[in-house]
Amino acid sequence: MYILRAENFGVRIGNRWILKDIDFRLKRSQIYVLFGPNGSGKTTIISAIAGLPGYEVEGKIFFDDKDITDLEIDERANLGISVAFQYPPEITGVKLEAILKRCLDKDPEDDFSESEMQMIESFKLAEFLNRDINVGFSGGERKRAEMLQMFFLRSELLLLDEPDSGVDVDTLKLMGEQLQKYIDDNEATALIVTHQGGILEYMDPKYACVLFDSSLQCFADPNRIAKELRQCGYQCCIQCNRKVTRPWNDH
Amino acid sequence: MERSLKPSDLTEIPHQILEEAVRAGIEKDDSKRAGTLMHVDRETIYTKINEKFRNQIEFMDVKDAIKKYPWVDDYRWKIVDRDKDEYTRKVAEDFSGGYFIHVKENADITFPLQACLMMAQKEIEQKIYNIIIVDEGANVNIISTCVQHSRAKKASHLGITEYFLKKDSYLNFTMVHSWSEDTFVRPRSAAVLDDGAVFISNYLSLRPAKDVQMYPVAYCNGKSSKASINSILYGHTNTKLDIGSAAILNGPESAADMTSRAISRNGSEMILRGRIEAHDPTARGHLECKGLLLDEKSFIHSIPELIASKGGAELSHEASVGKISDKEISYLMTRRMSEEDAISMIIRGFMDVGILGLPSQLEKEVDRVIDLTADAS
Repeated sequence: MYILRAENFGVRIGNRWILKDIDFRLKRSQIYVLFGPNGSGKTTIISAIAGLPGYEVEGKIFFDDKDITDLEIDERANLGISVAFQYPPEITGVKLEAILKRCLDKDPEDDFSESEMQMIESFKLAEFLNRDINVGFSGGERKRAEMLQMFFLRSELLLLDEPDSGVDVDTLKLMGEQLQKYIDDNEATALIVTHQGGILEYMDPKYACVLFDSSLQCFADPNRIAKELRQCGYQCCIQCNRKVTRPWNDH
Repeated sequence: MERSLKPSDLTEIPHQILEEAVRAGIEKDDSKRAGTLMHVDRETIYTKINEKFRNQIEFMDVKDAIKKYPWVDDYRWKIVDRDKDEYTRKVAEDFSGGYFIHVKENADITFPLQACLMMAQKEIEQKIYNIIIVDEGANVNIISTCVQHSRAKKASHLGITEYFLKKDSYLNFTMVHSWSEDTFVRPRSAAVLDDGAVFISNYLSLRPAKDVQMYPVAYCNGKSSKASINSILYGHTNTKLDIGSAAILNGPESAADMTSRAISRNGSEMILRGRIEAHDPTARGHLECKGLLLDEKSFIHSIPELIASKGGAELSHEASVGKISDKEISYLMTRRMSEEDAISMIIRGFMDVGILGLPSQLEKEVDRVIDLTADAS
């Protein structure tokens, strides 16, 4: 059984098709990487799966064989889908601590357990607990806070939007290793949108593809795609579509 | 209220009076307070000073203070102009009382003082005059709550307060207003700060009111004096609020910051003013005002003003008014919150007690007051 299935899936913003008529399936306990040039619609795919507003979706999305195409954001979240935003909003007066407790289904007056506190410390966020969420957070602090929220939600499908953009090497390593461990320990699945692929160095993803021209292309080994991209950019990467075909649907 | 009923302990105060006061933030256990004063309608019915601080503070009805100490006259109407408007003139002519707080030199008042001014009769016009004097090197936290009892209809409250902060003193003053839909309110107050004095003034108005207009002024005359003026306003059910404050920076290296959060809903009209004037080249000030409009029937007009008469002064402001952001709601919904829960978390967060600069224990208490009031509405 697949954790996520998209059938005849398309996303439109106004008159523009970001994606058209694609099918893909994601298995449990796997990490998928979605590459794509700026503006290709990577964020849109994640947003459409999470049910965020502002998009018109065609086709069907199934989570654990349940049709979620028409579900609200929180209904999808309750099933186990979570998002790490590329640009999470700053919310005046809403503390990181309050949100983490909601993620853990705790009351505001409940304390964090020892292991939860350890997790917060390993993400170097203890001193941010009483800060307004994302207000004055650096790029790395935002990304770490986003990932920690996903873990506290006990999500099964983790959608990560550019978790590796604008973060230093230490943070990349921390996030890559923690994510790999979470996926392994929880039989969860991650779909990572990335521009450069920096986080891949610290993980072991098996599947990747490139979003280009409203479709998914070049279903190849993630590290190979990342290497090609570093060498010759997206145009060149698309060329190799002819040479490599390993669509996820066959796995 | 009959004289003979004057209670010697808060528990002797009629239940329906005390409960309304507690709902607005009065601590029932007054051993946790440096002192407590309650003025109901036209009479101070209760005053108590904690034994621990008896030699360090004087806390009594202002009429008693005027009788006891002739020098109090040297302070009266010194910074609020008694001819300012019809309301100051009314109080200057006749007032029923108010509180007199005198914190003595170098006193360290570790427990807060609390005062409650309540209107319990129908159609009463309550006229209050308060004086607060904090002597050199002293520090104190005061919570003052003004309440219209739910059974008192169409009441109006006119209140004058003059604050005197001597050299190197610290006053953290939190005023909680808890009115009803037909209350008319005109406070008039001003503070004057000597060298090194720090004045933190917080204002919370979370329940409906018919019409509140106030514009307290802090004169930072002393060198390195500092005023921090903050407000959390929740206007609803046709409430009209015209709330502002001004800081006049006259002293060298004097400073002011103003932070306000205003939520307007259900036909509420709010005018939010803020004015910082710098008349010294080393003065600096910052003004921040955020308004949240929850529906199409409500209205917020934000008026930040910065005035500098000397080059070198640094003044800045940021102001925003808008509705709740859809992105913030969606974000919280991805954290398994329903849309309704997300909206209430954003609204509750907006009324963040953290902006008030309160000591942590008081912060918790004021936070609870906000919870109580927010729940009630």
